[in-house]
Amino acid sequence: MRTLIMCLSVLSIAPAMAQDAARGQHLFMADGCYECHGTVGQGGAAAPKLAPDPLPAEAIAHYIRHPAAVMPPYVETLVGDADVRDIQAYLASLPQPKPLNDIPLLAR
Amino acid sequence: MSDTKTSVKRRGFFSAVAVGGAAALTARPETATAQPAPPTPSATPPGAATAAAETKTPHELPLTEGRSGSDYMVDVIKTLDIDYLACMPGSTFRGLHESIINYGGNRKPEFLTCLHEEISVAMAHGYAKVANKPMAVLLHGPVGLQHASMAIYNAWCDRVPIVMLAGNGLDATKRRPGVEWAHTAQDNAAIVRDFVKFDDQPASYGHFAESLVRAYAISVTQPAAPVLIMADSELQELPIEDEPRGIPRLSLPRLPAGDPNALAEAARLLVAAENPVIVVDRYSRTQAGVDTLVALAEALQVPVINKLTRMNMPNQHHLNQTFRARALLGQADVILGIEVVDFWGTVNDLRDLIHREEVHLTKPTAKTISLGTTSVPMHANFQDFQRYQPVDIDIIGDGETSLPWLLEAVKRALPAERQAAIAGRGDKQRAAFKQIQGATLTNASYGWDASPISVARLCAELWDQIKDLDWALTAGESFFQSFWPQKLWKTEKVYQFIGGSGGYGVGYGAPGAVGTALAHREHGRFVVNIQGDGELMCCPGALWTAVHHKIPLLTVMHNNRAYHQELMHVQRMADRRTRGIDRAVIGTTITDPAIDYSKLAQSMGMWAAGPISDPNELGAALRKAIDVVKRGEPALVDVICQPR
Ligand code: HEC
Repeated sequence: MRTLIMCLSVLSIAPAMAQDAARGQHLFMADGCYECHGTVGQGGAAAPKLAPDPLPAEAIAHYIRHPAAVMPPYVETLVGDADVRDIQAYLASLPQPKPLNDIPLLAR
Repeated sequence: MSDTKTSVKRRGFFSAVAVGGAAALTARPETATAQPAPPTPSATPPGAATAAAETKTPHELPLTEGRSGSDYMVDVIKTLDIDYLACMPGSTFRGLHESIINYGGNRKPEFLTCLHEEISVAMAHGYAKVANKPMAVLLHGPVGLQHASMAIYNAWCDRVPIVMLAGNGLDATKRRPGVEWAHTAQDNAAIVRDFVKFDDQPASYGHFAESLVRAYAISVTQPAAPVLIMADSELQELPIEDEPRGIPRLSLPRLPAGDPNALAEAARLLVAAENPVIVVDRYSRTQAGVDTLVALAEALQVPVINKLTRMNMPNQHHLNQTFRARALLGQADVILGIEVVDFWGTVNDLRDLIHREEVHLTKPTAKTISLGTTSVPMHANFQDFQRYQPVDIDIIGDGETSLPWLLEAVKRALPAERQAAIAGRGDKQRAAFKQIQGATLTNASYGWDASPISVARLCAELWDQIKDLDWALTAGESFFQSFWPQKLWKTEKVYQFIGGSGGYGVGYGAPGAVGTALAHREHGRFVVNIQGDGELMCCPGALWTAVHHKIPLLTVMHNNRAYHQELMHVQRMADRRTRGIDRAVIGTTITDPAIDYSKLAQSMGMWAAGPISDPNELGAALRKAIDVVKRGEPALVDVICQPR
C-alpha cells in the first residue's frame, strides 16, 4: 500500500518538477503534432505556429482537448498533462529566429 | 505432329519467308498462302479456294501499300496546327503512328515518347495552360484509355483543352484472335464520356475529318475540356487512292460575352458598394486578361482574392489580397466571382468535424454576382461542379471576353463624387497589404535553420536564384507548399503561375511540369517544378521524357517522405477515435526504405543532386542544377523537407 502511494505521488510530481524537452520532442513527432504544425512548430498552411514562445502548458492542454475550430482533439487519456508539459518544454526550448535583417534572403 | 496449331504455325513461317523476298524458294504449296486461312487439319485436302490462293504468286497479293487511311488522318490533323502529339505506343494505332513519323515527317505534330498514358495526357494538360492551345494525345484502345482516364479527369476539372485520338477496331471480322479483341471496345469512349466534352467513333474517312475538326473547335471553346475521337484501326491500315480528299475548314466560334444589361447591373452594384470583393478562379488565359482584371480592380480599388487555379492577378499588387480572404469576405457587401467553380465553398465552409458543420463566411445581406462559364455543369455524374449556390446576378459568358465590357460599364457608372471614397479604400488596401507582407517574411523566418528544411526556406533559396531570369513555376498544388511561392515570389506574367491539377488526382505534377516546360522551351524561359515525392512515384517516367526530348526543367523535390495529406487525414481519424494516435504513419509514409530521387533521376539520364537535408547546402546544389537547366537540360534536386 505504501509503495503504491509512493509510486502514485512520484508519477504525479516528477514530470512537474523536471519537464523533459527530449521526451516532448519525441511525443510531438509520435503523436503527429508535427504533421500539421511542422517539426519545430513553425506552422504553415495546415496549422498555425506553436514555437518559439509557446502557450503555457495548461493552455496547450486545454486547447488540444477542446480545439476551437478544426484541429482534431487529443483526449487526456492519450496525451496526459505530463505529456503536454514535455511537449511545451520542447516547444519552449526552440530558439528564436534570427532577426530578418540577419537573413539576407528575407531582408527587404 | 499433325495437329492444327503446328500446321498453322508452319504456314505462318513459310509465308513469312515469302514476304521476305524468298518467293523463288522451292514452291511448296504452303509458301504462297499469304491470306489468312482457317486452321484446318494438315491432312485435309485443299478445297477449291485454298488451291486457288495457294497457286497464286505473291505478286498478285498486295504485300505493300502506298497511301493509307492513316495518311489521310495525318492530313486532317495537320490542318489543326498542332505542334506535338504525346503518346505511349500501342498496336491499335500502329498505322497512324507510322503515318505521323514517316508520311507526316514527324513535324506538326512531332511525336513525344511517353512511358504511360497518364503521362501523355498530363503533359498535354500542362502544355495547354501555357501554350494556350491543345496538344494531341494518341491512346491505345481501351487499355491506354483506362490508363489515361484519371489524367483526363484532371484536365476536365481544370477546364483545359486536349485533342485525344484512340485506336479502336470496330469490325469484328477484321480482328485477329486474342489481343486485338481484348484491346477493342464497341463504345470505347464510354470509359471517359462523363469527363470529355465530345467524342466520336467515325465510320469513314470523311466522318473522321468532320469529327476531328469539330472536336477541336469544341475543345477550345470555353469552358474548354478534353475531346476524344477514335481512329478506327481498319480505316487506318487500309490502302486508299491517291486522289485528294476534302477536309472541312476549322471554324472557331467567337467566345460569348455576358449579357450587356446584366453587366451594367453588376457594374452599378460594384460602384455603389462600400466593401466590394472580387474572387477569381479559372479566369486568365492571356496577359490581356490579367491586365483587364488589374484595371477593373484599380478602377474601384477593390481587393481581389485569387483561388490560385491560374495566375489571374500579379501577387505583389496591393489589391491582391488573397491571403486575407476570410476577413474580406466577412465584411463584403458585394462579391463578384469570375469563373468561380465553387461559389458555395467561397462564401461558406463545411468544417471537417464528426458532424460536418456549415459556416457562413459572408453577411446574409451581401449581394453576389457570378460571371463566367462555370455555373452550368456540363455533365452530372462526376461532382466536380460543387455545391449549388444561388447568386443575385448570374452572368453566363467567358470571363476574359466579358471583363472589358464590365470594365467599361463600371467606368460609365462611376460618378466623379465616388472618387475620393474609392481612393480612401485603396489606401486601406495598401496598408493591409504591407502588413501582410511584413508578417509573411517573419513567418518565413520560423524554422529557417531546421532540418528537414522548411518549405519557406526552400522557396526563398529558389527565388533568390531565379528572380532575375525569365522564370515560370509549373503544376503543383499551392497548398502543399504552404503557398510560399505565391507569398514570397513576385509573379507578374500570366505564364509564371498556372495552378494545379484541377481534379486533385495525384500524379499530375511531374508530367504536367514536363508539358509546361515544353511550351516554355521555345520562349527560352526558365521553368521550375516543386515536386511532391509521393506524387512523383505515380508517373516517374515523365523524367525520362524530359531527358529524351531535351526539355529544360528544374525539378526540386519537396520530399516529405509521405503521402502527407493522407497522413494528416488518418491522424485526424485516429485522434477522434481515441484508441491510438501514434500509428497514422502506417500506410501513409514512404520510408524504410526512403526513396533516393536523385538516383531515380540519374537512372534516366538526368543530372541530379541530393538528398539534401542541411539547409546551408541547399543554395549551392540549386546553383549547380540551375546551370544545367540553363544549358537546355532537365535537372533534379532532392530536398528533404518539412511536411508543408
Ligand atoms: C491534423 C492537423 C493537426 C494536428 C495533427 C495537430 N494540430 Fe494543433 N492545430 C491545428 C489547426 C488547424 C489549428 C488552428 C485552430 C483550429 O483549427 O483548431 C491548431 C491549433 C493548435 C493550437 C492553438 C494555437 C494558438 O496559438 O491558438 C495548439 C496549442 C495546438 N494546435 C497544439 C497541437 C499539439 C500539441 C498537437 C499534437 C498533440 C497538435 N496541435 C496536433 C491542426 C493540427
